[in-house]
Amino acid sequence: MTATAQEQQFSNEATLLPGGRPPDGEIAISVSGLKKSFGEIEAVRGVDFEVRRGEIFGLLGPNGAGKSTTINMLCTLSAPTGGSATVAGYDVVQARDAVRRSIGLVFQDTTLDGYLTAERNLRFHAELYGVPRQLAADRMRQVLEMVGLWDRRDSKVQTFSGGMMRRLEIARGLLHSPRVLFLDEPTVGLDPQTRTSIWNYIEDLKAREDITIFLTTHYMDEAEHCDRIAIMDHGQVIVLDSPQALKASVGKDRVQIRTSDDDAAIAALKEHFDVEASVHEGAVTFSVPAGQEFVPRLFAELGVPILSVVVARPTLDDVFMSYTGSTIRDVEAANPNRAIVQAFRRR
Amino acid sequence: MAVETAARKLSTPVTVPGRSWRHEVGAIKIVWQRDLIRFWQDRTRMVASLVQPALFLFVLGTGLSRLTSGSFGGISLKTFMFPGIVAMSTLFTALFSAGSIVWDREFGFMREMLVAPVSRSAIVLGKCFGGATVATLQGLVILCLAGAVGVPYSPSLMLELIGAMLILSFALTALGVAAAARMRNIQSFFGLMQVVVMPMFFLSGALYPLNSLPGWLRALTRVDPITYAVDPMRRLVFDHLNVSSIAQARLAPGVTWNGWVIPILLELGLVALIGLIMLGLGIWEFRLGD
Repeated sequence: MTATAQEQQFSNEATLLPGGRPPDGEIAISVSGLKKSFGEIEAVRGVDFEVRRGEIFGLLGPNGAGKSTTINMLCTLSAPTGGSATVAGYDVVQARDAVRRSIGLVFQDTTLDGYLTAERNLRFHAELYGVPRQLAADRMRQVLEMVGLWDRRDSKVQTFSGGMMRRLEIARGLLHSPRVLFLDEPTVGLDPQTRTSIWNYIEDLKAREDITIFLTTHYMDEAEHCDRIAIMDHGQVIVLDSPQALKASVGKDRVQIRTSDDDAAIAALKEHFDVEASVHEGAVTFSVPAGQEFVPRLFAELGVPILSVVVARPTLDDVFMSYTGSTIRDVEAANPNRAIVQAFRRR
Repeated sequence: MAVETAARKLSTPVTVPGRSWRHEVGAIKIVWQRDLIRFWQDRTRMVASLVQPALFLFVLGTGLSRLTSGSFGGISLKTFMFPGIVAMSTLFTALFSAGSIVWDREFGFMREMLVAPVSRSAIVLGKCFGGATVATLQGLVILCLAGAVGVPYSPSLMLELIGAMLILSFALTALGVAAAARMRNIQSFFGLMQVVVMPMFFLSGALYPLNSLPGWLRALTRVDPITYAVDPMRRLVFDHLNVSSIAQARLAPGVTWNGWVIPILLELGLVALIGLIMLGLGIWEFRLGD
């Protein structure tokens, strides 16, 4: 669709809709200088980014990087202490109600009522959002079928598995046709199979509806599903691009070796190859332009016995490492302060 | 299953209308309805909460009456206590319902309500109406025992008592909601309730007549809001009993301020007023967190 055709469509829609919705642009979310402090702790320290309409945008980073705090501000659940943000064209502070009408949310922790049936949970949502009743029934069926829970609509939610609950939350988040769907760690705590199916729904959804999807994750491999990702650490966005472009920017292969003497190996790498190495996840880790060709030389010239070698093409882990100097798991293991931020975050 | 339905477009996008009275009323209704559904589903709780009033009425009531001559002016202790026990049951149920706000917060459901495009007042009102309805229904169950303690099942009496229960349970739920609004965990809520509820119950005159009390106790009973709900209920019950004026004066003289007997309607109005103040406080607290 050309830009003018799209604009045309939206100016039509804007005149049709009550409530003074502004004409839609191509920007679904716009964030500038957004900040949030909890007392002394600066959870988010001035982030800027834009999310385009219709894309799957991922906010990636270790636990406690400020992802959930950012998402909470965008969802109007928490007021920024600095900067501004608009979602679907509305300011998250000035036009909170309009933002709330335009977004769907799936939280990390379940927000379903386990004592009610799946259908009751959805009906509660429909009423709370003022979805007209004659439309609600139809829409309810569609979203439940989409996540494969139509047959279980009369079961109480407390009988559901974790994966089913997450699917139901996704269905509920879509019930009022939000312009932007926020997913906070949508696959955390789920088994691999369920994770795959959740991603299928998300990609299906993008194909089927005019919706922008904003999600957070700390699983690097899952970020591959996103059109663009912003890597966040210590409350700041470090880099933002498509996963492909980010991986290309690293350009090097990652080599991890296990040796009988790591310190000697690191020294030898520096001395013989002029390569900086360090220990990550229990292995001597370094990056070189052509990993496979490097390995034979390594064995010949290192002078320290090598127990095993792994050569990997750049992944988002390497992207994270090249921008932050550590792996995401190192960060999560080493920062006890993050627990405090987590505790503040809940409300 | 995703593959099967993938072909079928989600063709009915709905639009969320702007804020309107109808929408707010719908939100109040659905929050209220949720409390009712959960009350209805929880039969165990319904039966379990019958145990305590039954113990008070039949065990304590029967046991203690051995101390007196068994009755006063033809009125047994059980009959006397009955309105108090109805109020007690309402009291506990209403506060328990209000406590579910903390529960919802702890288990996440509160977030579902807080991110919805409805006013905080609608959520608080729905919750207060829900608690009031549930507590009145629970009181109604106790009301069924009237015959067993010598209180007649007169339709007018029953209606009057239900009205009084509605006012009382609304006020108490609002009080509970105001207390629960900022609380993070259910233990501290029930901790607070232990400190507040038992004194409120014991000072209310549910178990003893309010006249000829020592000054300090007299003063305390007059500041307890439950007093102004128990007393009208007792007077309403006594109006339907065949009692001598001496017994009436001894057992259900009405609450006095400086010797002036407060009319029933004023008493209930007072309770309703406290409820409205608490409701306002609850709404204010919810907005504060927004």
